[in-house]
Amino acid sequence: MACGEDKEQKQDPRIEGIAASIRVVPDFPKKGIMFQDITTLLLDPKTFKNTVDLFVERYLGKDISVVAGIEARGFIFGPPIALAIGAKFIPLRKPRKLPGEVISEKYVLEYGTDCLEMHVGAVQPGDRALVVDDLIATGGTLCAAMNLLERAGAEVVECACVIELPELKGREKLNGKPLYILVESR
Amino acid sequence: MPPYSPSASAPLVRSLRLPSPSPLLPRTLPSSHLSRLRLPSFRRRLLLSVSTAVRAMASEGGEDHRLPRIASTIRVIPDFPKPGIMFQDITTLLLDHEAFRDTIDMFVERYRDKRITVVAGIEARGFIFGPPIALAIGCKFVPMRKPKKLPGEVISEEYSLEYGTDKMEMHVGAVQPGDRALVIDDLIATGGTLSAAIRLLERVGAEVVECACVIELPELQGYQRLGGKPLFVLVKAAEGEAVV
Repeated sequence: MACGEDKEQKQDPRIEGIAASIRVVPDFPKKGIMFQDITTLLLDPKTFKNTVDLFVERYLGKDISVVAGIEARGFIFGPPIALAIGAKFIPLRKPRKLPGEVISEKYVLEYGTDCLEMHVGAVQPGDRALVVDDLIATGGTLCAAMNLLERAGAEVVECACVIELPELKGREKLNGKPLYILVESR
Repeated sequence: MPPYSPSASAPLVRSLRLPSPSPLLPRTLPSSHLSRLRLPSFRRRLLLSVSTAVRAMASEGGEDHRLPRIASTIRVIPDFPKPGIMFQDITTLLLDHEAFRDTIDMFVERYRDKRITVVAGIEARGFIFGPPIALAIGCKFVPMRKPKKLPGEVISEEYSLEYGTDKMEMHVGAVQPGDRALVIDDLIATGGTLSAAIRLLERVGAEVVECACVIELPELQGYQRLGGKPLFVLVKAAEGEAVV
């Protein structure tokens, strides 16, 4: 099922094609999970372009100075958006991938915890940031990303994902920060 | 498009020595920018040099005017991930919007008329450079990933590490016979990862047109492991002698 950003408005005509290009793979990474696979979206240049354009149209002219992309699929969508709107791109990574000095934020998994890291000095106080990932599920990773940016003094303007799994209520983990998505998957 | 000859041998190297001002630097660089090219003192001097394959793209016979800025934004981190390794960090390039844009533009200018149908980007830093190139030239982007990340049916290729082996995977059906492919990563070191990517693409019948990286470590001779496929890089990085 697809939805536009605003249910009162008519859905942008590009959304339907984007939703249709996402492949669902059952029982990955484990039984019971219906995995939302965006690699098929990336195989259609027009659809990939439409996806990026929808984000760019929303954020151009909003004074965004930072696009933070979450490893690894956030690295696919974040940089084209950053390039188009004239912002820095900052990779937020799993532990021990970024060289040099980093700050670290723990977050909760279904079993156990994980960590997200950001370079010290990448973000300055007063930076206006977008957080980008392909999908929001429980919101744990996005929440960790926002915390990293805010600890460095940036203002998180919005989180942007291609897909939301609304039943997992990730939105509620975002401390009131707005979430913009293109496609809902139920 | 200026002619270039793809070849498996390393392109001739012209040294662009930093930090001392070089006659190779375009005279139009503002002096404030020249001072940005001064590297902090490390134990070893870093020589950044420009491939003459790139020189083929430049206007008026000099190297492309965008390269010094691109090269200057790359940060070198000593002893990462382990002692003795000088890590070439491109995250600082991504913080400079103009340098990042110029980097992408230089690849796009080279490939837009080459009938490329697939850009294959190697996880994870190839995911940063590959998609903007694919979007600009209007072709598919295919992620080449570590094991067990891609859902659904994959093919797998093993490659050597310094100690042991690793695997790279690609989706079945992403690439068709006859596809003309570019392989993108931020850096080529030993060439092991790139050669695994080439083999995956060729196994499904694609033609690998070229491998493209921002940085090469020429002393590791990775270009020799590409099965004869040509390599295009913007910046070569090598360790020189100790200086003040």
